[in-house]
Amino acid sequence: MSALAHESNEELPAWSLPAGAGESIRLPVTWNEPVTREWAWGGSTGKGVRVCVLDSGIEHGHPLVGTVDRSIAIVREEGGIVVRENDDEGDLCGHGTACAGIIRSLAPECELVSVRVLGEGYTGSAKVMLRGLEWAIEQRFDVVNMSLSTTKRDYVDRLHELADAAYFARTLLIASAHNMPVESFPWRFASVVSVGSHEDADPLTFYSNPLPPVEFFARGLELDVAWLGGGTLRSTGNSFATPHISGVCALILAKHPELTPFQVKSVLHLTASNVGHE
Amino acid sequence: MSDLQAAVAAGVLGAEEGHRELLRSTVEVARAIFRAKASSIFLLDTETDELVFEAVAGEGAHSLVGQRFPSSTGVAGWVLVTRQPLVVDDLSADTRFSQEAAESTGYVPKALMAVPLLVEDRALGVLEVLDRSSEQPFSLSEMNLLGLFASQAAVALDLLLRARRARAALAGEGDLSAFARVAARIESAGEEARAAGLELLRALEQLLSPQ
Repeated sequence: MSALAHESNEELPAWSLPAGAGESIRLPVTWNEPVTREWAWGGSTGKGVRVCVLDSGIEHGHPLVGTVDRSIAIVREEGGIVVRENDDEGDLCGHGTACAGIIRSLAPECELVSVRVLGEGYTGSAKVMLRGLEWAIEQRFDVVNMSLSTTKRDYVDRLHELADAAYFARTLLIASAHNMPVESFPWRFASVVSVGSHEDADPLTFYSNPLPPVEFFARGLELDVAWLGGGTLRSTGNSFATPHISGVCALILAKHPELTPFQVKSVLHLTASNVGHE
Repeated sequence: MSDLQAAVAAGVLGAEEGHRELLRSTVEVARAIFRAKASSIFLLDTETDELVFEAVAGEGAHSLVGQRFPSSTGVAGWVLVTRQPLVVDDLSADTRFSQEAAESTGYVPKALMAVPLLVEDRALGVLEVLDRSSEQPFSLSEMNLLGLFASQAAVALDLLLRARRARAALAGEGDLSAFARVAARIESAGEEARAAGLELLRALEQLLSPQ
């Protein structure tokens, strides 16, 4: 399906397909050849793909991150939660910068946008996170990196709706899985791509998990990540495995912009290090 | 549980000191498991939206308890808000972190493991382990061990919070505080006094029962 066909969706029947109309929605995508890494992202730099990092902000001018095309913050003001343009707080932890650096290292020419959802206090942080995700979906980013989760049951329904809305609007949500015995979201939803860690040192080694809800394992152990002050730190966590998959998705979508989140997830599976011929 | 029941429970739960001891031993064990220089538990103060040092083992043990900082910045704030554990090494390279840590604690760790303390859908605080032993290379199984240990610490912290709430309820209900005192005295009384106390309570119950 081309982006054009997607935009003209309004002319298509919404809930049913009349007799003989199958031809009118014919999709040109064919995978005649095996889906290899070379087919999926060979030669891609991520150019043109818009990636959003929902996190603690991104440090401006970090050499491992390069250009950040836009920085916004979700802040609490009197009267509610608002989107503040041109956020100049930078990164309030270092983690958002780390994620941005990982994505940049894999997809050097992708567009990076920072949505800071941290720093407004713990109380109400789930609402701030939700507003950030809503904004990212409204902006129709191609990829949203979410190295975060909530355990708040009150927000699960809304989060689920947003994850499904993103899925159908061609915004791919990549979410960190939890490695603790608690229920947290959104990584448990089937409409997102959930990521846990493996112990290999190769940034392009990733595994498809036959036993979900964690769907993929990417590099998350002892890696040198961009951190505050233009430097690096050695770090471990699922939250660093997640941007590896975000980076790979940026590469795939730059080469194959017609792919839907469902198809990108299939490509990830078919090109995983433990699947088939690779 | 009603405030009155909580108040009576508070009477037999023992002193705040007992719960502090539980948290202290929790951080001592965390420190021992990871052969670390220090370990600490931060409690989220929902009134002020701050993280408070609640228990510390090792470096800073005497000076840190009670210190506060914002609940959603820095590594501990990130861990609390995102519910994700995080391990960072070479922290001294992070000049902002070093400065903050040195100012607030007088000690700049090189490495830090931080994990959220979660009970059901609530985040109660953060457990940190500072400067773990580097003899063994770090692995994901240690990450999982940290998560399991944090679950246990979270239960301890939850007990402490419940006891505090019970005591707060008691302080707010002046007339009812007698129930907690009676419950506490019966609990600690000798065999004879205890039997007499319980008999008296049964008589009181009968007297107050609807005819």
